[in-house]
Formats: sequence, structure tokens, C-alpha cells
Amino acid sequence: MNGSKSGFRRGIVSNYPVLVTAPVSAMTDNQIAPLNYFLHSYGPASMPTMYLGWVFVALLVAIFVIISLLLIWAVLRKRSAEDPRSVGREDQGMQWIYIGTGISTCILFALVIYTLITLNAISKPTQAPALTLTVTGYDWWWKVEYENDDPSRRFVTANEIHIPIRQPVLIKLKSADVIHAFWVPVLAGKTQMIPGLTNQQWIEADVEGVYLGQCTQYCGVQHAHMGFEVVAQSEDEFKIWQDGQRRTAATVFAVDVNAGRKIFLDRCAGCHTIRGTEAAGAHAPDLTHLKSRRLIAGGLVTNTPDHLVKWITHAQELKPGARMPSMVLTEAEISALSAFLSTLN
Amino acid sequence: MAEAMQLDQALPVGSEGKRSGGWWGILALIATEGSLFGYLLFTYFYLASQTEQHWPPEGLPILFMPTMNTLILLTSSACVWISERCIQRSQFDWSIAWMALAHILGVCFVVIQLNEWSKFTYDMSSNLYGSLYFIITGFHMLHVIIGVVILMALLLWIALGYFDHRRYSAVTIGGLYWHFVDVVWLFIFTTLYLTPYFY
Amino acid sequence: MTDVDVAQNMSDPAGSSGLKPSPEGEGWVRGNQNKEESLFNPPHPNLLPEGEGAYAVSSTSPNPALTRIPEVGSAPIGSAEEKHLAELWESAPGWRGWLSTIDHKTIGMRYLVTAFIFLLMGGAEALIMRLQLARPDQTLLTPEQYNQLFTMHGITMIFLYSLPVLSGFSNYLWPLMLGSRDMAFPRLNAFSYWVFLFAGIFLYTSFPLGEAPNAGWFNYVPFAGPEYNTGPNIDVYALGMVLLGISTTVGAINFIVTLFRMRAPGMSIGRVPILIWGTLTAAVANVFAVPSVSLAFFLLWLDRQTDTHFFDMLNGGKPLLWQHLFWMFGHPWVYVVVLPAMGIVSDALPTFCRRPLVGYSAVALSTMATMLLGFGVWIHHMFATGLPPLALSFFGATSMVISIPSAVAVFAWIATIWLGRPVFNTPFLFFAGFVILFMIGGFSGVMVAAVPLDLQLNETYFIVAHLHYVLLGINVFPVVGGIYYWFPKFFGRMMDETLGKWSFWVMFIGFNLGFFPMHVLGLLGMPRRIYTYAPHMGWSTVNMVTSIGAFIFAAGILIFIVNILVSLKRGALASSNPWDAPTLEWAVQSPPPVYNFAVIPFIASRHPLWEDRLDENAGRSSLDQGYLLMEGRETIGTTPLDAIPDVILKMPEDSYTPFFLGLFGALVFVGLLLHSREFTVLMALACSLSLMVWLWPRKALVQRVPDIKYNKGVAHG
Ligand code: HEA
Ligand code: HEA
Ligand code: HEC
Ligand code: CUA
Ligand SMILES: [Cu+2]
Repeated sequence: MNGSKSGFRRGIVSNYPVLVTAPVSAMTDNQIAPLNYFLHSYGPASMPTMYLGWVFVALLVAIFVIISLLLIWAVLRKRSAEDPRSVGREDQGMQWIYIGTGISTCILFALVIYTLITLNAISKPTQAPALTLTVTGYDWWWKVEYENDDPSRRFVTANEIHIPIRQPVLIKLKSADVIHAFWVPVLAGKTQMIPGLTNQQWIEADVEGVYLGQCTQYCGVQHAHMGFEVVAQSEDEFKIWQDGQRRTAATVFAVDVNAGRKIFLDRCAGCHTIRGTEAAGAHAPDLTHLKSRRLIAGGLVTNTPDHLVKWITHAQELKPGARMPSMVLTEAEISALSAFLSTLN
Repeated sequence: MAEAMQLDQALPVGSEGKRSGGWWGILALIATEGSLFGYLLFTYFYLASQTEQHWPPEGLPILFMPTMNTLILLTSSACVWISERCIQRSQFDWSIAWMALAHILGVCFVVIQLNEWSKFTYDMSSNLYGSLYFIITGFHMLHVIIGVVILMALLLWIALGYFDHRRYSAVTIGGLYWHFVDVVWLFIFTTLYLTPYFY
Repeated sequence: MTDVDVAQNMSDPAGSSGLKPSPEGEGWVRGNQNKEESLFNPPHPNLLPEGEGAYAVSSTSPNPALTRIPEVGSAPIGSAEEKHLAELWESAPGWRGWLSTIDHKTIGMRYLVTAFIFLLMGGAEALIMRLQLARPDQTLLTPEQYNQLFTMHGITMIFLYSLPVLSGFSNYLWPLMLGSRDMAFPRLNAFSYWVFLFAGIFLYTSFPLGEAPNAGWFNYVPFAGPEYNTGPNIDVYALGMVLLGISTTVGAINFIVTLFRMRAPGMSIGRVPILIWGTLTAAVANVFAVPSVSLAFFLLWLDRQTDTHFFDMLNGGKPLLWQHLFWMFGHPWVYVVVLPAMGIVSDALPTFCRRPLVGYSAVALSTMATMLLGFGVWIHHMFATGLPPLALSFFGATSMVISIPSAVAVFAWIATIWLGRPVFNTPFLFFAGFVILFMIGGFSGVMVAAVPLDLQLNETYFIVAHLHYVLLGINVFPVVGGIYYWFPKFFGRMMDETLGKWSFWVMFIGFNLGFFPMHVLGLLGMPRRIYTYAPHMGWSTVNMVTSIGAFIFAAGILIFIVNILVSLKRGALASSNPWDAPTLEWAVQSPPPVYNFAVIPFIASRHPLWEDRLDENAGRSSLDQGYLLMEGRETIGTTPLDAIPDVILKMPEDSYTPFFLGLFGALVFVGLLLHSREFTVLMALACSLSLMVWLWPRKALVQRVPDIKYNKGVAHG
């Protein structure tokens, strides 16, 4: 199933700049239910689990049908007419319990073994991870840090994770405030991000594509809108992306851009960082390469100029309770700010 | 009682020692209170095992006074036991005396423990150890205070001549509670004062 | 009519042969044959009452004796003895009796009604949630409102409905099933109810202010901690839970002591109904598990109010500690709220199958085994917390092993139906439907117990589906079935069969329509606790179906309520044993008289009302000849295992102290909530005072030495 679709997926990813403006629903091939992990798995950290799920469901449905039929049969069974006051003897029927429990025990034992084998298969990658990143959960967005032995090659981004395909990626999970959980269902199971603790998990994508992730630990008013995306790319494309991200923001000089930059430094820099400018706020997503991202605000809306403006001026309406205020800006300020933001490639 | 059920046997009436409901009730209460302290100590060990702080913050605890206090509490327990024995033998004056002694020792424990608390340079909001120490000993202190009140009531009731060798289940029940409070202290003492010496 | 048979046996001149205990209880009757022979000796003739006036006399001058031979006799309805008993046990009329009554039947009924009101409130909250979720991007509720709704829904259902409703059944039925006149601690029983009621009200106080708890029913820190939840909401939850914990604990203690001490003579431990086993197991579990959650909430409250650091990771506290403490309680708790309900089925199903339960001992043992294992699986709620795989494997495997005792019960029920001749009355439908739902819920449980699968399923709607299948399937369905079953006992009237069948089918279909699709939602990746979702997630249709199903289910509940109201007024009058059931509660009139049993019966088998038909050779219980015990409120205390009488228990009279202690206790918590030190201390003092009044040794209960030193009976060491 995956084989037949991967060509299609590759097509999507190579056309990816075009898609930035497309509606979210067109972004992944599994258009219906992008988080459907029961029928879709695109990597070795989730594939064994998917099979395990199929086996469990098949087996349990079968057992359910058998026992239900027995029950219905028992209920409807024809019985010899008897004196209505007579009652059955107490000491019969134990063989039902012996046989039923015996068979159930055997099945359960087999299921336990199979489960343990699967757990073993998914708990560690077969080869050493090629890449390590740290993802930190914030109320209600994700900070993504790409690690490197050379500090100058480290970089930070938000809400979008790029990984090279067919390589295990180790993800260190932290939280800046409350407990969140990191979950990219078609790539791997979830792991909580607990303050004061660094958890780990690994993911690996076999095919190129964009995979949706979602916070799955209740974390407050906007838990519903704490999504992110994993973009799995070929090694080369990933390299290109990585190099792009390492750069600081390009300094473009134009009148409105300058005005916009000034507004940003005045109004936004307390929370946001743009590497290459004085903006170095630490409470909010790094915006250095904002325009390279597909979605904003924890997966809430696509990253179009319109949406950006709407977000900046009406954050509290789009995402009530979000930790970013709705900014009060004049029309002129808005257009200047937009011009500036559009340079953040 | 494997023998026959005799329906025409004379039976005791009312709260008769271990046949009274109260005796069974206190056993169940002790089970649940015991698990409460169990969970408290679990909390202590869980947090202690993961801590990166200096533990305990002021270095190893000084054992002298707490050990004395432990002995005081145990003696008090023994007094209650003796007092109950005296009732069984109809020696009511002795019973009153022993109960009074038990009560005084209980009060001593409270006073000494309060004094111990006052020696700390930190309190329950200063650091994690402080939170644990004061809540665990505080919980126990609360039980001791309840126990002291119970002993006082028992003393009063014995003095009022409510009990004789046939009916004194209140003493048995209240006494059991007091023994429980003392046994719990042994666990707390071991945990808070002795285990730091072993790691 | 059964009573008549027994009476005939009693008056049989060769009586002793008829009174032999049943040898059927595997090894329960110890001793050799001759000794068994002497069990249930016919009462000595001169112990029987001479005339009707006898008791009137003794009541005016209560016998203060410390030992006494309990009189054996009979007290048919309308006799002087019976009237005297009714007088002794009756509560005062009007509000005074209302506040001071300690009758287990009244308390049980109060529990049932209160819990049901909470079910309706929790249900109404759920229906509002379902409206919000029916379609994508709805804005009926703000996120904060939604969060408070699902939290209050969870709290209400789990803590204020599912256990209290079972406590209601057990409170009402235990003494009737055990052949006693009340619970071991009637005043504690009243206290437990009042505290439950006050705790329920307490938990709801902040709801109208828009400040209800909002961190989910398991209330993880640090989200529930002082930093991220600054309002009074979590304080209300924390304090409310500690208060409720008191009620649960004393209730549990009462059940345990009642079981071990209050059974009718001859009702050895192997003869008690399965409901008793279920509630006993649950009560024992509560005794050990509730302190964990009370402590957790108390520590949380301290963290919030006094700057302690138990969960505060900046100072070395650990958020995971909360999860451990909560689930060490939480998992046993989910069995607490189903084992008694499974007991309801195990006891009532046989009635409709016209045969005893298959594998009584196996089912009783499986009940306890489930609970025992249930204490060792709490980590399965924490599979995604990053614990090492080895620990996960262990707890995952134990969780699966828990299915084995459940298998025992399931096959016992099916075998009972198979070997019996089912009568298709409404309760039967509920119990048969329950078996199906239990399987579905259990199987989804097995899926989430598989660690790798749970890493996907955890915190999705699959869990929501699982928890509703088990909670509604194993709690609500048996409870509703149980009400259909015992309604005639409670009120002396039958419930309407037609409406009953309608309510079953509407509930059953609505339930499955509403909750089965949630499994699919979970597999499609829908996280739980989200207030809305986008249309492109592919969840819209399924959510719509779910919402429709939820409303159909609610309609079923509504039919059920209508049925109750109609039947209360116009139901057919019920005899004492309308279903021809085997257990003791059906031996007394419907509704039962205040004193339950005019005479304390002597029990010789598990099925006292079926003895004549079950086994010709078995012993015969004696139901209308028994201990009279009417010198004040009295009942018999028996030994824990064999139920041999060993004390005449004096039962307390009605009292206001439980109400006031409960009230002052609740006010202590109000004081803590309002940060009013003076008020708190004052109320704590009032509590101690009430306790002193309560516990003061009294002559009437022979807690004290009586005035008259010597008794007319045999002296006793
Ligand atoms: C009401 C009671 C109740 C009951 C009875 C159960 C029963 C079981 N539960 Fe459930 N559970 C809950 C209430 C309950 N649960 C709740 C409320 C939650 C969610 C809490 C929250 O997060 O809000 C939860 C969550 C929960 C989780 C955590 C999921 C997660 O958060 O990720 C797990 C994981 O192991 C689990 C497992 C089980 C298992 C293995 C059983 C077993 O006991 C089931 C056993 C029964 C059967 C298996 C069926 C009968 C057996 C047969 C017919 C024999 C044949 C069977 C086989 C061969 C398989 N449950
Ligand atoms: C016994 C327990 C119990 C019961 C009976 C129910 C009953 C229902 N539950 Fe509940 N549910 C839980 C226990 C229970 N639930 C728990 C523990 C959670 C987890 C909470 C958390 O995450 O913290 C949960 C969570 C939960 C969610 C997930 C919320 C989320 O994660 O975002 C949903 C969503 O659909 C839901 C729906 C329902 C519905 C539709 C019903 C229906 O069955 C309700 C049917 C309606 C009634 C029974 C009432 C009938 C009402 C009328 C007839 C109207 C008249 C009313 C009045 C006059 C007052 N429940
Ligand atoms: C008080 C802090 C704060 C200020 C001031 C602030 N922001 Fe934000 N911003 C945030 C937070 C927090 C988020 C993440 C919100 C979320 O997704 O829940 C965010 C998100 C964003 C995003 C989406 C980023 C992404 O990748 O999802 C953009 C774009 C943005 N802010 C732009 C701005 C601009 C432009 C300004 C000034 C005009 C500004 N912000 C001012 C805190 C702030
Ligand atoms: Cu972050 Cu939910
Ligand atoms: Cu569980």
C-alpha cells in the first residue's frame, strides 16, 4: 500500500513551495484523517505496532463474535418445558469455566509474547541515530533545536521538523511548562514531555512526505491546537533545508521593510527571536525563517500573508488563550510588518 | 469453633472487647491509616531517590533527642497496655495511674518534637527535604495529638468508673490506636533519621 | 410460600433432621458428622416466649445483663412482638427523623437517589460537550468552558456517581442479604452519606462561578499546580476529594466490619451472595487505595497554598510523583466501581435463569483476584511517560493477565444462561446486554494494555471509548438492571415491563451508536480533551454519529426515569418475592419493615429461598423462627468465617451527631478553601466536640458497666 503511494508523495514534497499556500487538506496523501495510524505507517518505529494492532483487532473481534454467538445461542436455546418453579442444580457447568478460561489464558499468553516482541522492535532503532534534535513543548507550540557538535552549526526553529528519510532520528523531549506529549502517529507512538525530565524517542520515515503531529497530553486551553509537522525529505533536500535554516535572517533594505523591522523590534522582540537582528525573545517561536514554514500557530492555519496578518492582529480570536496577545496595529504598521515578515525566508 | 452451633448458649451483650464492632472498626481504620503513612514514606523514598540536592540539607540528623523521644513513646505504649491489664484485674487506681503516666509521656513527646522542629533553620517551604520532613512528622504529630486526646478521654472515663473487668472495650480500642501511632513512629524514625546514615 | 415450607420444617417434630446444615458448601462446614448433627439444635422449649405480653414487660424494664441467652421464637406480622420491634426501630416523624435516621435502607436510598442526580448532571454536561463536538469548528463553548465541562463530567461520573450508586445498593441490601437488622456502624453509615453529599456540593460550588476544576479528572501537575492554575478551581477539587475520601473510607470500613460480624447465624462466608463479595473486595481495596489519592490531593493543596515542593520541579519535586500516587489509587478504583456491579449481575442473573450461578467459588475468587492484580498495574496509565521498556513490559503483561479472572466471570455468566431457563424480563435484558458490553470494554482494555499499541492509543478517543464501555457497560447497565430487579423490594411495586424493554433497547442501541464509533475516532488519531477539531481531520462524520448516539442513550435514560416515576405511583403491587429469587432479602416484605427481620433467621445454604427445590437433602434455613432480640435495638454478632453467634450487639438509636459531624467536617474544608484560619479552627473544634458526644461510652449500648451488677442469666467469665 505504501509503495503505490510513495511516488505520489514524493511529487508533493518536490512541489512543496507551491503547496505552502494550498489548503491543509491537500497536504498529505492520506487526506482523510491525516493522523490515521491504524491503516498508515511510514516508518520502522510504527510499522510493527500497526501490524500488532491488526492482529489484536482481528483476534479480538473473532473472539468477540464467537463468545457473543455463544451467548445469543445460550439465550435463545430451546429448552424442555419444565415446572416453572423448578430450579437447576448448582454443581453443573464448571467445564464452561475451565475450557473458556483455559483457552483465553493461552490466547493471552500468545498476545503477551507478541506484544513483547513488538515492544522490543520499536524501542530502539537498528542503527545509531543520524541526527539528534531536542523538541521542547511550550504552551501551545513546539521549539525544535537541531544539535551539532559544532555550536555554530546548531539552529532553532519551531513547529516544523525536517528529517532525512531512512535514517533514525533521535528526539529529546523536554517541556518548558506543563506536560505535553509528542506524537507523530504514522511514524511512532507518543512520549510525554515532562518538566524537569528529558525523555527520548526515535522516529524514522521510509518515504518522503509531510506527517502531521499533535500534542496528546492535555495541557490547557489550546491543547486542541498544538500540532506540528514532520517533513521527511531526501538526504539532499534535507541538507539544503538545513543550510538554509542555519543562516541568520537576510537583511533586506527597503523602506517598508525597515519600518516593519522597527515595529517588530519594538513590539515583538520581547517574545520572538529573529537571528541576525536584535530580536532575541525566548518565550515564543523563533521566526528567523518564518516563511519557510507551512503552518503557523501550532498547525492552526496555513502560512499565507493573509493568515499571518490575521494571526498577528487577532491571535486571541483564532486561538483563544494563546500566549500571544492580539496586537493592535494600524493599517500602515500592518503592511510594513508584513513586508518585513515576508523577507524571513 | 469447629464444634456445634449451640443456639441456646448465653452470649455477651454489647461492646465486649474483641467482639465489639469498635475493635473491628479500629483494625480497619489502622489498615487505612497505615497505608496513608505507607504512601507518605513512598513519597519520601521516591523523591529522595531522584534528588540532586544535598540530602538532608543540613547533613546527617542528630540522633540523641529523637531516640529519646522514640523511647518515650514506646514507654507510653507500654503504660497503656499495663493500664488495660490493671482494669482486667480490677485494680482501678493503678489503671488510672498508668494511664495518666502514658498520657504525660505522650505530651512529653509532643513537647520534645515541637522543640526539635524549632531547631531547624528551614521550614516546609524552604526546600524539598523540608517539605517532606515537616509533612511526614506533622502528619504523625497530628496523630499523636489525637492519641493524647483519646488517652485523656480514657483516663477520664476510667476515673469516672465507667469500666470494670467485664466492660472496657473503649480502653482496648483506644489503646490499640495509641500502639499504632507508636509503631508508625518507628517507621518514620527509621526513614527520616536512620536511613540517611546508609547512603 | 417458601416461608411456609420452612415453617413446616420447623414445626416438624423430628425438626432436627430438617435443620441440618447444607453439606454443599465445599468444606465450609467443618467438624464430623455427629457435630454437624447438633448444629441448629431446635430451641429449648422453655426459651420460647410464653405469651405475647412477655416482651412488652421486658421492654419497660430493659435487662441490663451482661450476658444473656438470646430468645428464639417467631414474630409474625401484627403480633405484639412485631409491633414492639417496629416501635423500637422506627425513626421519629418529620424533619427530626429525617435528619437523625440511621436506618440503612433510608441511607441506601439516599445514596441511590443522590448518585442518580449526579448521573443526570454529569450526563447533561456530556450532552453539551457532544453538541460542541458534533461538528468541526463549533463555537458553542469556549475552550475554557469545554475544559471545565469534561473535567466536571469525569469527576461527577467517577466519584459522585459510580461508587456512591453502588454504595446505595450495598447499603440497602447488605443487611437484608446477610440477615441482619442494620450495618455494623449505623451512625457511621449516616455520617458517610452526609459527607458524600456535602463533598458533592462542595465540588460543585465553583461550577456556577465559572471556576470549576479544569485539569481533567486525573489532574496532572504541573498543569494543576499553583503556577498554571491560579484560580480556586483546583483547590476546590483537591479539598473536595480529601473530604470525599473520608466518606469513602468510613463507608468501606463499615462494609468490611458488617460482612465479618453481622451475618445471620449459619451464613458462613461461603454462603454470602456475590454482591457481598464484590462490595467487600471493593471496600478492602478502598481502605488501601483511597489514602493514596487523598494524600496526593492534600500534598497538591499544600503545594498550592503553602509553598511546599512535592510536585514543584524547580525545587526538586517531581511531576511524575503525582501520576504514581494518582494511579496507584486510580486503577484499583476502576475495579472498585465495577466489582460490586458485577456482583449485582452474578446475584440477579441466576434468578432469571432459574438456576444457581455456575461456579460460585470461582466467581468469588476471581473477584478478589482481579482486585489483587489491580493493585499491580497502575503503570499502564503511564506507558508514555518514558519509563524503561522493562518496567513497561512487566506492567503491560500484568494488565493482560487481569483478563483471566474476568474470563472466569464471563464464562460463569454464559454457562448460567446456557444451563438455565432464562425468563426475558427487563432486568435479564440488562444483564445479558451487560455481558456483551463488558466484552467490548474488556477487549479494548486488552488492546491498551499492549504497550506498543498503547503508545498510539493513549490519550486518544480510543481510551474514551474504552472507559465508557467499561464504566457504562459494567456499571450503568447493571445498576439500571439492578434497579429494575430490586425496585419491587424497595417500593413494593413492580416496574412497568413495556417501558422497561423500551428503555433497555433505546439505551443499548444508543450506547453502542454513541460510543462504539469512538474506537474508530481513536484509531483515526483524534486526541481526547480537545474542544474542537478541523474539518479536514476526517473525524466529522464519526463525531456526528457519536453525538446522535449519545442523545439516543440519554433518551433511554429518560424513559427509565419516566418508568420509575410512573411505577412508583401505579406499578402493580409486589409480593415479598415477585421474581421467585433465592436470596434472603426476598424473604422480608416489600418494602422491608424498619427492623428488616422480625426474627434473625438461621441460614443453612446459599439459596435459602430455593432450598426446597434445589436439593432434597440439603439443610433447611429457618426464616420465621429465629432470634427475637428485642430488648432495645439489637442484632446478633457472629464469628467472621463460620457465622456462629458470639455476641448480642446493641445498636445505637437515631442521632443527629452524624449530620453535625459531617456538616462541621465539611465546613472545616470550606474554611480551608476560604483561607479563614479562625473559622477552620472553630469548625475543627466543633468536630471534636461532636466526636466526643458520639463516642462517649453509654450504658444503653453496654459500652459501660451497667448499674445492675448481676444478671439473671448464666454468669460469664
Ligand atoms: C470501570 C472500570 C474499568 C475496567 C473494568 C477496566 C478494565 C481494564 N482496563 Fe481500563 N480504564 C478505565 C476503566 C476500567 N478499565 C478508565 C476509566 C481508564 C481511563 C482513565 C483515563 O485515562 O481517564 C482506563 C484506562 C486503561 C488503560 C490506560 C490507557 C491509557 O490511558 O493509555 C489501560 C492500559 O492497560 C487499561 C486496561 C484495562 C484492562 C486490561 C482491563 C481488564 O480488566 C479487562 C478485562 C476484561 C476482558 C478482557 C473481557 C472479558 C474476558 C473474556 C471474555 C475472556 C477472553 C479474553 C481474551 C482472550 C482477551 N485501561
Ligand atoms: C460512569 C462514568 C461515565 C458516564 C456514565 C459517562 C457518560 C457519558 N460521557 Fe463520559 N467520561 C467519563 C465517565 C463517564 N461518562 C470520564 C471518566 C471521562 C474522562 C474525563 C476526563 O478526560 O477528565 C469522560 C469523558 C467523556 C468525553 C471525552 C471528553 C474529552 O476528552 O474531550 C466525552 C465525549 O464525548 C464523554 C461523553 C459522554 C456521554 C455522551 C455520556 C452519556 O452516556 C451521557 C448520557 C446522559 C445521561 C446519562 C443523562 C441523561 C440526561 C437527561 C435525560 C437530560 C435531563 C437532565 C437533567 C434534567 C439534569 N465523556
Ligand atoms: C507576549 C509575547 C508575544 C508577543 C509580544 C508577540 N508574540 Fe508572536 N507568538 C507568541 C507566542 C507564545 C506564539 C505561539 C502561539 C501559539 O502557537 O500558541 C507566537 C506565535 C507567533 C507566530 C506564529 C509562529 C509559528 O511558527 O507558529 C507569529 C508569526 C508571530 N507570533 C508573530 C508575532 C509578531 C509579528 C508580533 C508583534 C507584532 C508578535 N508575534 C508578538 C508570543 C508573542
Ligand atoms: Cu500540549 Cu496538549
Ligand atoms: Cu487502569
